[in-house]
Amino acid sequence: MKHLPQIGGLTLQHLALVGAGLGIALVIAVPLGVFTARTPRYGAPVFGLAGVVYAIPSLALLAVAVKYLGLGFWPVVLVLAAYAQFILIRNIAAAIAGVPAAQIDAAKGLGLSAWQRFARVEIPLAAPALLGALRLTTVALIAIATLGGYVGAGGLGSEIFFGLQRQYVEETLAGSIPAAVLAILADAFFRTLERTALKRTGEA
Amino acid sequence: MRYPGADRNAVDGVTLDIAGGSFTVLLGPSGCGKSTLLRTVNALVKPQSGRVTIDGSDVAAADGTQLRRGIGYVIQAIGLFSHMTVGENIAVVPSLLHWDRARTAERVDELLGLTGLAPDRYRNRYPRELSGGEQQRVGVARAIAAEPRVLLMDEPFGAVDAILRADLQDEMLRIVQSLKTTVVFVTHDVDEALRLADRIVVMREGRVEQYDTPLDILTKPSTRFVAQLLGTDDTLRRLSLMRAADAAVASESTSAETIDAGASLRDALNRLLGGVTRLSVVRDGAPIGSLGLEEIRKALQ
Repeated sequence: MKHLPQIGGLTLQHLALVGAGLGIALVIAVPLGVFTARTPRYGAPVFGLAGVVYAIPSLALLAVAVKYLGLGFWPVVLVLAAYAQFILIRNIAAAIAGVPAAQIDAAKGLGLSAWQRFARVEIPLAAPALLGALRLTTVALIAIATLGGYVGAGGLGSEIFFGLQRQYVEETLAGSIPAAVLAILADAFFRTLERTALKRTGEA
Repeated sequence: MRYPGADRNAVDGVTLDIAGGSFTVLLGPSGCGKSTLLRTVNALVKPQSGRVTIDGSDVAAADGTQLRRGIGYVIQAIGLFSHMTVGENIAVVPSLLHWDRARTAERVDELLGLTGLAPDRYRNRYPRELSGGEQQRVGVARAIAAEPRVLLMDEPFGAVDAILRADLQDEMLRIVQSLKTTVVFVTHDVDEALRLADRIVVMREGRVEQYDTPLDILTKPSTRFVAQLLGTDDTLRRLSLMRAADAAVASESTSAETIDAGASLRDALNRLLGGVTRLSVVRDGAPIGSLGLEEIRKALQ
């Protein structure tokens, strides 16, 4: 129990890795997802490319990232952002494409500009599916972020890493159990948001 | 106007002059270009050649978004925003036009009343809680919220059952007549067109076959296609567009059975076939003549 403050600090580091990775991932995936939803013929190549990245073993990708960015926080963030693309782009595209065409047509006909249609009609109606995409991605990134332990980025992975090195099971568990709890909490958090959003859009 | 990949123009060589304040119906089979033509008016479709003008100004020259805020638009699929309440839906265009809150709220209630939906009951409900007919009433209310100069309606009652449709048509006529808005209405339903239109545009394969009043289209179809589509040999249909006053002849003898001057000859025929031999035609309670089967037969010639 005396390690509790230490675990707490590592959990915060872990969250920082996931948060930064997810943030950067969204900056890339939102435009690409919306773009492929609007022009479905570009869907296949974009999804294909994201799929190729997703297929690279994460440890290998991390090794490459360290080569260029050095040890520490940023190579892990880069790997997380790269891995998130596959889940995010596909699900964002599906969420936007799933907005009923009649409501888009009506919005156009009533004189909403492209930006107003996006912000006031598409985003609110796609919100449940978008939150679903965020949930899946966050849970995946929490797991992948444990790789940070190998490259000195901190986070709960460092407990797991040191535990494995010293064959000290308790230390490994001190990293992996909080990581699992974090994933479960993130899942529950986004599910609650999804339910609220569903109630608003009336699909529940 | 041709869509990419199509082998013929969706709308071709159409010239129409639609009078302000009139109710014009674009009538034709599916795929005849009537919806495409409608959508050129609010620039949702941009023709490769030719132009559409409203009050003399070219719609292509206007900013599409601004233009559409001044043109009502109702579609068959209704397209109410499912994440907004009925009141928020109706307030969409007023809020785009930056009306103040009080004026918008007042207008929402006014429109709900106008379309036969009690404001207190409906204002805060969501579209999914409404029946199809109620949803389309809200759709109409939303389209006319900011008093558009032009109202475009694309088969608005196509998904509503027949009995309800007649009610909605009557109410809509009453509403647009009070607004003095120019209405362009698309349908493939001949009876709906005859019932609503001041003027009908019959379309076929992107071209206009005939543009005339309902009665002229029925009595003087310009092509065989128009005659077939309208069923111009359908006597009852023609009678339903003719008024009792038009067939009445002056007569001294007044029958106890009366019919209003504005009633259709179809109604008159109904009565006559029901056993009445002669009807006295009255306007504002005063007899102006009478009619029997012979007069109806003459009116049809």
